[in-house]
This record gives sequence, structure tokens and C-alpha cells, in this order.
Amino acid sequence: MTTPLKRTPLYDTHAAAGARIVPFAGWEMPVQYAGVIAEHQAVRNAVGLFDISHMGILDFAGSGVAAFLDGILTNKVSDLALNQIRYSLVCRPDGGVLDDVLIYRLPTHYRLVVNASNTDKIVAWLEHQNTSQHWEIDIAVVNSALALLAVQGPGALPLLQSMVEDADLAGVGYYRATQGLFLGNEIAITRTGYTGEDGFELFVPAAAAPEAWAALLAHGASHDIAPVGLGARDTLRLEAALPLYGHELDEATTPYDAGLKRFVRTKGRSFVGKQALLAARKAGPNKELIGLHLIDRGIARDGCPVVVNDTEVGAVTSGTFSPTLQKAIAMAFVEPGAAPPGATVQVRIRAQLRGAQVIALPFYRRGS
Amino acid sequence: MNIPAELCYTKEHEWARMEGDLCVIGITDYAQGELGDIVYVELPQPGDHVELMGEFGVVESVKTASDLYAPLAGEVVAVNEELEENPELVNDSPYADGWMLKLRPTNLEEEWATLLDAEGYKAVLADAAAQ
Repeated sequence: MTTPLKRTPLYDTHAAAGARIVPFAGWEMPVQYAGVIAEHQAVRNAVGLFDISHMGILDFAGSGVAAFLDGILTNKVSDLALNQIRYSLVCRPDGGVLDDVLIYRLPTHYRLVVNASNTDKIVAWLEHQNTSQHWEIDIAVVNSALALLAVQGPGALPLLQSMVEDADLAGVGYYRATQGLFLGNEIAITRTGYTGEDGFELFVPAAAAPEAWAALLAHGASHDIAPVGLGARDTLRLEAALPLYGHELDEATTPYDAGLKRFVRTKGRSFVGKQALLAARKAGPNKELIGLHLIDRGIARDGCPVVVNDTEVGAVTSGTFSPTLQKAIAMAFVEPGAAPPGATVQVRIRAQLRGAQVIALPFYRRGS
Repeated sequence: MNIPAELCYTKEHEWARMEGDLCVIGITDYAQGELGDIVYVELPQPGDHVELMGEFGVVESVKTASDLYAPLAGEVVAVNEELEENPELVNDSPYADGWMLKLRPTNLEEEWATLLDAEGYKAVLADAAAQ
């Protein structure tokens, strides 16, 4: 028996706009509107609008929420400033990554945004901790009440500033939130994103989402706004070398393997997986995440073996054609030290070995 | 969607037409639309032989790779070298500038009858849409 696919409050809007809609992590989501490359370029050069309401949105209430989450997340929660946001991993006791998340300290409560594909798993994990550690935290998945919109690209700030009242968005730092009046609703606006560009994410009441979407497109027309699907969301994040759970992260990977050590704060804290991560840090990573430019023609995809001197040293985790660089790029996990930056390696694509050069990540950095 | 009446088709979304004694092959408007932005086309070399409905290459969009199947068996006489630099021709002009192969068929009379006409191909697409 299959579970029916879920729809965001904007499903009808996407369908009416002619977006191509595909199943993704239990949701029916737009993968593209005009085309992946055009949408990608819109975000790099102007502004793009994304519906990311499939992301799991968890709100917490009760006594000791910060301490509860501090015992679970690899990054610190208790010292978050008001309206501050942090990226964090959630790890198993053995240090394997259960999910990568954002933790928000909003004025009224803490919020966690998790991957759609992991929402059920993380809720169950949090509830397990809640019960077994005798917390009495109220954990609510609030996706039915909220839409999450991402406005990303160099035009995001001027566009949103023209539409949001009672908030100075230019004064909002990276990974900070503010509250502002948007189309008559007081909403949380955060300077976050998954594209490698400046931008904001907006938590909009579900009922107001279609109107918000239409208003952003209408006001954004003079900024050359484009609606963007999950296809370009993936090429954008890959150019920026941002990890995607299920590709660069999974339960067999530690944050250290994935190069995310700055999001693991062990000092003076106790959290699930800490002991294993201390041991892993001491032992050194099991694998290393590298960037590749394909020299030969072809596109390396997830799973393609990486070969050095006729020996497989790892495999591609994500690969695509980079619209910005106009060449095929990939991230791969390899044995530590097997493929240093500058080295030439081979990638096996459909039984043929193709040359690739190892380059330092990210592939794309804003302003460069 | 453009499904020219004068072409023949496969269920795998290739088209074929005879040009003298050579068969010109490409992918359909539907196929290019499903794939999205095409960024790479891998084709055989002149002189290679392809089998009836054998894989002759791969077309890659940003998001995915898709195998190409030969509507007829034959010897590859020419490939569209323009696609090396401009793979988007397949999106822009799937039935003309985006052609992929020219084959000299080895079993034309028998195999041509296995291809779909435009009406038959429309029925394939209608079936796919109904599922």
C-alpha cells in the first residue's frame, strides 16, 4: 500500500502555471517551470521564488526546550540569541548523520526545519528522546498551517524590502530572522537559503500562500523574478557545494566525513553521538568529500566510481551540468588523501573512464 | 506537442525518416520536453553498427540521463556533430537541427514495418498520460 502524496498549499498554483510536478520525498512538488537552466540563471543573476513547504517544520513548546535540543543537536542551541538560526546535524549514538537541520530561536518559541525525506524519522527520534529522557516537550509538525517560500538571488533584498513593512531587511544578518508585516500578516523572515546566493525564507500562513506567491511574482516582475523548481534548487546547491541528505550525508557518514566539523560543538556539552564523534575526530575521517570538474565529456552522476591509478577510491555523491560554469561538476566521497585538489582522476560513466580534475569546493562562490 | 505526420516513431520516443537510402534518426518533441534542458548527447561513431532497438547513445539533461534506441539496425554513416557544442538544438529543433544519426539500414523492409506512424505514436503518448 502506498501513502498518498502530500501537496503544499501552492500545489494548485504550480499546476495552473504549467509546472512539471513530480513525487519528491512524499510530496508532489514542482521540479521545473520554464526550464532548469533558465531558473538557475534567474537565481544567480536576478531573483528566484521557490516553494519549499515540503520541508518539515517542527515547533517546540514546554519547559526546557533549549536544553532538550542541546542534548540532541551537534551544534549549540542554548546560547542562540533571539532571532538567531544555526545549521546543525542530528546524529545517532554512533555518530552517523540522521539529518541536517536548521534550528531557529524565534521570539515565541524554538523551531526546527528538517528535510522532507527525514521528517517522520526525526519526529520519531525526538519523541523517543522526549520520552526516554523524561522530558515533557511538546513537538508539533506545523506544515499544515504554514508555507515556506524562499526568495533567493541578488534581487531578493530589494524586492522583499519593497513588500515588507515594519522590518529593515538589509539590517538582518546572515542566519538571522526578523518579524515583519507581509501582505497583512506578521511573519518570520529569515536570511537563509540553499542556493549560494543572498536571500530570504518566509514562513507564510498556509491560507495566505497563493496570494503571497502571486504578489511576489507580480512585484518581482520588475526584478526579473522567476519561479524555480526543485531541479534548479539542486543545481544551485551543488554549485555552492551544500550537502544534500541522501547524497553527501547519510547514517553511514559522520559530520567530519562530510567536512562539517564546524557544526559540531563538543566543548562543555553533552549530546547524542558526542562520544562517538570525539573518537571519530581523533581517528580521522573515513572518507573525504571532493569536488570534480569533468575534463572529458559526459556527466558524472550519483554512484559513478572514482578511479585513481586503476583503483576505485570512491564514488560520486552528486553530479550535474553546472549552468554557471558551463561544464559538468560532481562531488564525490573518496578515501582520505586519494585525490587532492589539482589531481587528475577518472570517473567511470557507463563503463567508460572519463578524466576529471579535483578542485577545491565550492564550485561557485557569490561575488567571484 | 509536435508529432509530424510524415515521420515514423518508436515507443521509446525516437523518430525516423528515410532520406534517399539513409535513415535519419532523432528524438521526439515529447521526449525533449520530458527531459528538459539537454546538456550532453553521446553518439556512436561513423562505421559503428547498431542493432534494432539497440542502445546507440545517451542523452543527458541537467537532471537525468536517458538511453537512445535505434529504430532500425544499420551502419552509422553520420552523426550530428553540431550537438557536441550545441546539445540544446535537440530541445529547440528535435525534428530538424537536432537530428542525431544517419544510418544505412541493413534490414529496412522488414524493420520499417515495425515502426509506429504518427497516429500510433499519439496513442502511445495517450496511454502514457492515462497511467
